Amino acid sequence: MKRLASTGFGTACVLFLQGCSGWQSALDPKGPAASELAWLIWFFTALCAVIWVLVMIALAAPLLMRPRTRSEPLALDAGADHRKLRVIVIAVGLTAAIVVGLTLLSFFANRTLAAIGSDAALTIRVTGHQWWWEVRYEDATPSRILTTANEIHIPAGEPVRLLLTSTDVIHSFWIPSLAGKLDLIPGHINVLDIRADKPGVYRGQCAEFCGAQHANMGTFIIAEPRAKFDAWWNDQLQPAGPPTNGEAKNGADLFLKRPCVMCHRIGGTPAGGTVAPDLTHVASRQTIAAGTLMMSRGNLAAWIADPQGVKPGSHMPVVELNGDELNAIVAYLEGLK
Amino acid sequence: MSSADLTSERDLPQRETATEGDVAPEHDGPRDTGMDDASLHRWLARAWRTPPGIIGALSSVDHKVIARRYLITAFIFLCLGGLNAVAMRIQLSGPQRGLIGPDLYNQLFTMHGVTMMFLFAVPIVQATGIYLVPLMVGTRNIAFPRLNAFGYWVYLSGGVFAWVSFLLNMAPDVGWFAYVPLSGPEFSPGKRADVWAQMITYTEVSSLAVAVATIVTVFKQRAPGMSLDKIPLYVWALLVTSFVVVFAMPAVMITSTFLILDRLVGTHIFNPAEGGDALLFQHLFWFFGHPEVYIIFLPATGMVSSIIPAFARRPAFGHLGLVLSLIAVGFLSFGLWVHHMFATGLPKLGASFFTASSMLIAIPNGLQIFCWLATLWDGRPVIRTPLLFVFGFFFIFVIGGLTGVMLASVPLDLQVHDTYFVVAHFHYVLIGGSVFPLLGAAYFWFPKITGRMMSERLGRWHFWLAFIGFNVAFFPMHLVGLWGMPRRVYTYPAELGWGNINLLISAGAVLFFLSFVLFTFNLLHGVLKGVPAGDNPWDAGTLEWATSSPPPSYNFTRIPIVTNVEPLWAERDALPVATGLRVDVRELLISTVAEAHPDIREKSATPSIWPLLAAIAVGGTFLYSIFTPWAVVWGAVPIAVTLVGWFWPKGDPEDEE
Amino acid sequence: MRPGTAMLLFALLTLAACQREERDTRPQNSLGSGEQPTPVTTLEPGGQRASASDNKAASFEANAFHLSEGKRLFSWFNCSGCHANGGGGMGPALMDQKWLYGSSIESIHATIRDGRPKGMPSFRDKIPDDQIWELAAFVRSLSGNAPSSAAPQRNDDMMPHPSENRLPDAATLGKSP
Repeated sequence: MKRLASTGFGTACVLFLQGCSGWQSALDPKGPAASELAWLIWFFTALCAVIWVLVMIALAAPLLMRPRTRSEPLALDAGADHRKLRVIVIAVGLTAAIVVGLTLLSFFANRTLAAIGSDAALTIRVTGHQWWWEVRYEDATPSRILTTANEIHIPAGEPVRLLLTSTDVIHSFWIPSLAGKLDLIPGHINVLDIRADKPGVYRGQCAEFCGAQHANMGTFIIAEPRAKFDAWWNDQLQPAGPPTNGEAKNGADLFLKRPCVMCHRIGGTPAGGTVAPDLTHVASRQTIAAGTLMMSRGNLAAWIADPQGVKPGSHMPVVELNGDELNAIVAYLEGLK
Repeated sequence: MSSADLTSERDLPQRETATEGDVAPEHDGPRDTGMDDASLHRWLARAWRTPPGIIGALSSVDHKVIARRYLITAFIFLCLGGLNAVAMRIQLSGPQRGLIGPDLYNQLFTMHGVTMMFLFAVPIVQATGIYLVPLMVGTRNIAFPRLNAFGYWVYLSGGVFAWVSFLLNMAPDVGWFAYVPLSGPEFSPGKRADVWAQMITYTEVSSLAVAVATIVTVFKQRAPGMSLDKIPLYVWALLVTSFVVVFAMPAVMITSTFLILDRLVGTHIFNPAEGGDALLFQHLFWFFGHPEVYIIFLPATGMVSSIIPAFARRPAFGHLGLVLSLIAVGFLSFGLWVHHMFATGLPKLGASFFTASSMLIAIPNGLQIFCWLATLWDGRPVIRTPLLFVFGFFFIFVIGGLTGVMLASVPLDLQVHDTYFVVAHFHYVLIGGSVFPLLGAAYFWFPKITGRMMSERLGRWHFWLAFIGFNVAFFPMHLVGLWGMPRRVYTYPAELGWGNINLLISAGAVLFFLSFVLFTFNLLHGVLKGVPAGDNPWDAGTLEWATSSPPPSYNFTRIPIVTNVEPLWAERDALPVATGLRVDVRELLISTVAEAHPDIREKSATPSIWPLLAAIAVGGTFLYSIFTPWAVVWGAVPIAVTLVGWFWPKGDPEDEE
Repeated sequence: MRPGTAMLLFALLTLAACQREERDTRPQNSLGSGEQPTPVTTLEPGGQRASASDNKAASFEANAFHLSEGKRLFSWFNCSGCHANGGGGMGPALMDQKWLYGSSIESIHATIRDGRPKGMPSFRDKIPDDQIWELAAFVRSLSGNAPSSAAPQRNDDMMPHPSENRLPDAATLGKSP
């Protein structure tokens, strides 16, 4: 039994370390909010572990005692019971004190979290859809308002305000290494302030069950230095570049002729659908299908050829395309940097 | 009873062996006063028997028969829910596994939750209460026995309804708490969410029926002398639970009815565009949903409070403290529902209030734990399988309780809400806090129910298999939750590195499932080949051990008189008894609420087929109502007919008056 | 006899429920060919020629999932731009009992696919064939031609008209052509 326990503990440690290096882990904080929370998690865990061990010792203690000799269960030792009562009163008092302490601790942690975004200069509206994220960068100048999908670029080291809402069902926006989660609820707008201390890519995914493809509703926050972020914003505002070679040109025509155009928008072309992710600079993203597949020619082709195989139940329909048509469309999309 | 009879009893002085009804009306039949045991048995067995034949079996109102049916049905649902879980764990054992698609997976986890919460956990704790409460308070049948039978039939048909719909690919697929708008009219086409809504309303009817019967049994049918301070802790737990049921269940019935109104009638209660609100659903649901946890947990604490004294060989330490903390938990459970909704963006100060109230409930629960530990501190207890499961309960439930404290903290909850951490937490609380005590209770009371012992050796194997399987399956979930794995995902990408740990979890789940296979075997082995148990195999102190195992249909030959909270320990030779009840008809002794003075004699209902027919009528109405609201109108007709049949005057003296 | 009846009832329920609850997201693999038949001309003035009957038609019409998909696409593809939630505006109303080209699902499919005179555009190749069938099935449900147990319920929007599952059954009213 003991060996089993120690083996179990060893395995747990290995697994634990493995988890800490993840890019979607609450224990691997990369921003002030998540750091505060990670500290809180560790503190609570340590305190709870101590309490648990004490209770287990108290539980194990009678096993080591001699068996009761008195045969009559009602013959009680009044003095012993009185001592026990005193211990219990102290234990309950301690419980109450710990509970009050933890309540105050979480109240002040909550205040720290609320203070993070008080001077946020950048506001991003994130709208949940079944099963992708619409991302809109707000700006006082209408021509600088930018709509993209699934990947959120932010300037590193600056607080950013996210306005969260939904047009269909309730989703929940959660980037574990940056901040706690907050729901996207139709009819409500929730405000989440985040800050990434260092440049990096942080993954998150929908955390409130939202239907068939809840499991494949990922998102990324890409924190970059301010200059790089500004450049990215400016690039994204440009309309899509014209197709460069014959195959891509063919693909652009097909995009407009076939069902793609009914739902997707590509800036600078007649394609103006708003019910599906904006594809103006789709090739500049790292993933497709809301964080499900890495961006590559093969994955693009797989996704377009059989979206219902990759994400069964998603709203991307199966479109009949022959091989040449598929290649042409992929070639076109691949060029939309 | 006539009023003359009533006053005559009140005027009588309270004597050690209560005498009552000395002034008997003319039409009275034979009494048990002065009758010898053999003829008393003959009379009582004839008055209280369940009629023979299939119709007789279906019209039984014996609380023990009904409870046995409840227990077996709930156990079957437990196995079905467990199979759901195993299927899910196989799908999740590796990244991107293609065994089960999202459509089926979503139905599986919804059915798992619905089955475990509504068809297993609540019914089985109530069923244990139906069996044990009348025995523990020393009465011959539960109050409102026909309502109790009706409750079982409603529960059975509700459960069958849910599982038939699963076989028809029509099971709800929106999670056991079915948040709108996902479960609303726009995003859940077909009848799946309607099945959820009506099945919930339906099974809660049965829950309410049992709760009412339990409350009245405890308040009015206690054996003479069992004043409030001498009520066994298990009965207290069931009493508090029943009050929680009475106040919590209507909230969920309203929620599910609002949902089906939105879906079927086209109301806009949850539609933000027309002034409704999706969050209203969550408030209503969790106003029920959090007490629900305590509905499942409190009876289990009662079981722990029964098992520990029997093996620690002393009465529970701090009886009053335990009772008060039960009541405190019952009250507080209604004040912390919002901690399920911290991630919805509520005002921060309001959320902090619910942090405080959620943390507060740790105090009475802590007090309970301390009292149990103090009970055990009197020397090495007798270690038998029931106590092993209680030890398992401590080990697991304390972890669940402490992670519960973590979840109560608003900021911390934002990281772990709706992740596998929460899945781990509530399985630690519900399996540790309720299933382990239930398993202990199964070993503890099995001899009372069947008259035979379960195998101790298999029991120990079962315990270690369940204990290890459970911890291997659920402890790693805390970690994988902190690493970012949300709950209710049918698959996950390999890149996130959750593969190995999920494989470990699945292996643990299989072990845990196997422990139940072993348990089933032990149950069957016990029923068929167990060693005969005798009346009181554990030498425990409460009244259910005073009668034979299994108890006769009339429970007690003579109604015992209670002088101590553990009456069998206080009166080693023979319990004092009260006499004066009629033996040719079903008659109960009704006592006063606080002091349990004998008050009046009251008839108990005879077997009847009408509760079954009424349940069928109600069931048909509910089934029909997922298709059209007119079902309520047309269904009212057969329901009215069956109720008229049920309550048709029988020509008893009471009715004639 | 009683078990037999129960079994029969169970089997009937199974069939009924399966059809209503099935959520086949790739129907062309299991039903029909998925190919759109080549039309003789691209324009069919006042054409009475319906699309070839397809076994999708029947299975979509009684299927809650496909009907609700049709309802979703109706708004996504801006059918409301002309037909205004079925009430009619620039285009004819879809929720009354008047059918310019017949009420069969095949003719509605042909209308969407090939277009009709006076403004109804052709969505050939713009909408996958399955989705055209879904839209056609939904359009029929707008006038009470779908079983109410499968017809879509209200949306979480402002209410333009009672939801499709609340409409009186066209067949029982005897107004259906």
